[in-house]
Amino acid sequence: MNTQLTKKIFLSLILAVGFGSLILSCAKKEKKVYESTADIPANREMIAELTSPPHVPTPVGDRKAKLLKVDMEILEQEGEMTNGVRYVYWTFGGTVPGSFIRTRVGDEVEFHLKNHPENKLPHNIDLHAVTGPGGGAESSFVAPGHEKVFSFKTLNPGLYVYHCATAPVGMHIANGMYGLILVEPEGGLPLVDKEYYIMQGDFYTKGANGERGLQPFDMQKAVDERADYVVFNGKMGALTGDNAITANVGETVRLFVGNGGPNLVSSFHVIGEIFDKVHVEGGDLINENVQTTLIPAGGAAIVEFKVDVPGTFILVDHSIFRAFNKGALGMLKVQGEKNKTIYSGELEDGIYLPEGSGIQKMPSTNGVVESEIPAKSMEEKMEFGKATYMQTCFACHQAEGQGIANAFPPLAKSDYLNADVNRAIDIVLHGKTGEITVNGQKYNSVMTAQTLSDEEVANVLTYVYNSWGNSKKDVTPAMVKSVRNK
Amino acid sequence: MNISPFFKVAITVIGIITVNIVSAQSENMVTVQGGTYIPLYGVDSTAVTVETFSMDIYPVTNREYLQFVLEYPEWKKSKVKRLFADGNYLVNWESDNSFGNQLAADAAVTNVSWFAAKKYCECQGKRLPTVDEWEYAAMADKSNPDARKKESYNQLILDWYEAPKTFNNSIGSTFKNYWGIYDLHGLVWEWTMDFNSVLISGESRKDVDKDSNLFCGSAAVGASDLMNYAAFMRYAFRGSLKANYAIRNLGFRCVQAKGKNNKNVTY
Repeated sequence: MNTQLTKKIFLSLILAVGFGSLILSCAKKEKKVYESTADIPANREMIAELTSPPHVPTPVGDRKAKLLKVDMEILEQEGEMTNGVRYVYWTFGGTVPGSFIRTRVGDEVEFHLKNHPENKLPHNIDLHAVTGPGGGAESSFVAPGHEKVFSFKTLNPGLYVYHCATAPVGMHIANGMYGLILVEPEGGLPLVDKEYYIMQGDFYTKGANGERGLQPFDMQKAVDERADYVVFNGKMGALTGDNAITANVGETVRLFVGNGGPNLVSSFHVIGEIFDKVHVEGGDLINENVQTTLIPAGGAAIVEFKVDVPGTFILVDHSIFRAFNKGALGMLKVQGEKNKTIYSGELEDGIYLPEGSGIQKMPSTNGVVESEIPAKSMEEKMEFGKATYMQTCFACHQAEGQGIANAFPPLAKSDYLNADVNRAIDIVLHGKTGEITVNGQKYNSVMTAQTLSDEEVANVLTYVYNSWGNSKKDVTPAMVKSVRNK
Repeated sequence: MNISPFFKVAITVIGIITVNIVSAQSENMVTVQGGTYIPLYGVDSTAVTVETFSMDIYPVTNREYLQFVLEYPEWKKSKVKRLFADGNYLVNWESDNSFGNQLAADAAVTNVSWFAAKKYCECQGKRLPTVDEWEYAAMADKSNPDARKKESYNQLILDWYEAPKTFNNSIGSTFKNYWGIYDLHGLVWEWTMDFNSVLISGESRKDVDKDSNLFCGSAAVGASDLMNYAAFMRYAFRGSLKANYAIRNLGFRCVQAKGKNNKNVTY
């Protein structure tokens, strides 16, 4: 090759580069690029903002890497799994999942882990965002009434799980000791309108799902992976009704979704939405147009979607019995203008019953066992009835008994309900199909026969009759029994 | 039954001897017959023989500990050396000379360090139990010296781990075990002489592939072996301690060796 020519090219290249950088440095301050994220300097101190689910701290934006101080307190405390069912949770920061930690790549995190003096057990923390043995577990092993400090540098951007890793590890996780730590890339994630923090977990209780009272952890069920509850954010109903997350039509929603396990893998899905973007497994890889994303136990994902139409969108683990029978159900309520082009709503209602019009029945292997703790007062009847309602009726008839227009009739101020109590009992016991008219509206759908004990039926109907402007009837187990024996 | 006079005399003599032995041990203690057991971290070949010893029936109470600090003022709340007890030492006591009215006189004393507990026992002519002595005595339920395989026994212990604020309950409020000892489970954790001899690094999963004693223990936590679950939590707790720690849920009781050549303490 002609050496003269090579030299010329080389020279002009140098000139071009030199000139280019000159222009750049005039235009704005030159951005330093580090070969390794470990080289990013962290200077000023900053106290980390920690938030309880479903909220997340302020985005990092274009802030520089800092010395970020995280203060995390471990609390062992009793909480409510669902109405009437109590459970002793072990928590990072008093919530399940634990407080959300938001950092950027290059931050030097000084982690203070405090074990409350009244706690019974030692704990520690393993953050998957840590590069180092045990993810911090070894250096953070802390006795009750003590505080451990360790520090780490965030090298890899992504969404990471943290959890307790003290023996017996499974039990510490099963009791709620997990949460998420986000490491944003330099300059931060693109800004969106709404961000939320959701984490799934499976729980194992001595009593079956719904059994009242303080329920201890059941080790055998945990070993067998037979979960009684699979829930978002630590309890049933943490994201439904008044606790639902919200957005407005046209906004982009970003969900930081984690799975604490200990055992089950989540098939995360939002009914009626398609994820525009998924940061697969919380890492750099972005997949687009996803219906359901798999979130491993001890893993996470970032999902983003624009909400185009108003309504309630249901968040589920699409291993669907977990959603409707074990609690893995949340709600996103979207407000705003309808858009008939994107979604029309119902246009026509016809009858199509290829499997015959017979009533579907929930399969039942044993007879339904009567509760060991019958309701002793009207208050208890209402309380227990509400618990059954939230487990059994809520999905169709909704939290305030309002039903769903054109699909499921309302129970609130319902003329059909109040007209005949024995008919109501009969429908709960044996199901109902075919056209009925409720408050002037025609409904034609199917309600399955419910597998509930006499007392449960009495409680739930009493709850319904004494709520939402109904006729305040008191339904007794004897009334249910007589209808059942007809 | 027809018993010859000779046997009657013999029985009486044995009875007198037994009474003498019992009266030789301090008040409020009972005898734990020695035996062999396989600890959490062991396999058949690592069975441990525990020789007969006597143990306090109850954990040491606030009232008893107050007596001790009045007698040995260097262990008063404000006088104690930080090397021997951290800032939580007797933290809930009202003053040097009173535990105040928030704490029950007959609740187990807690927020005491290992050094303090050890000194207390020595001043009574006793010592702290070894881990093996404690575990051996504590594997009994109401009717069996070794109930570790019983589900109900293990559930009872696990339930306590989940019950908050038991430290201010009165001594004797849990069950009396086979040996006649109360409150080994269900009230407070208890110091042992060699609490840090089984090392849990804090990274429990790492302990699995370390060639440590706990290797077998953690491998044993399978579907069939729930009994170790409760024990594991005790070992994890002990592993998190240092000798000057004073903790809200941690108290102690003392033991006395029987016989001159007792080999329970090997160091």
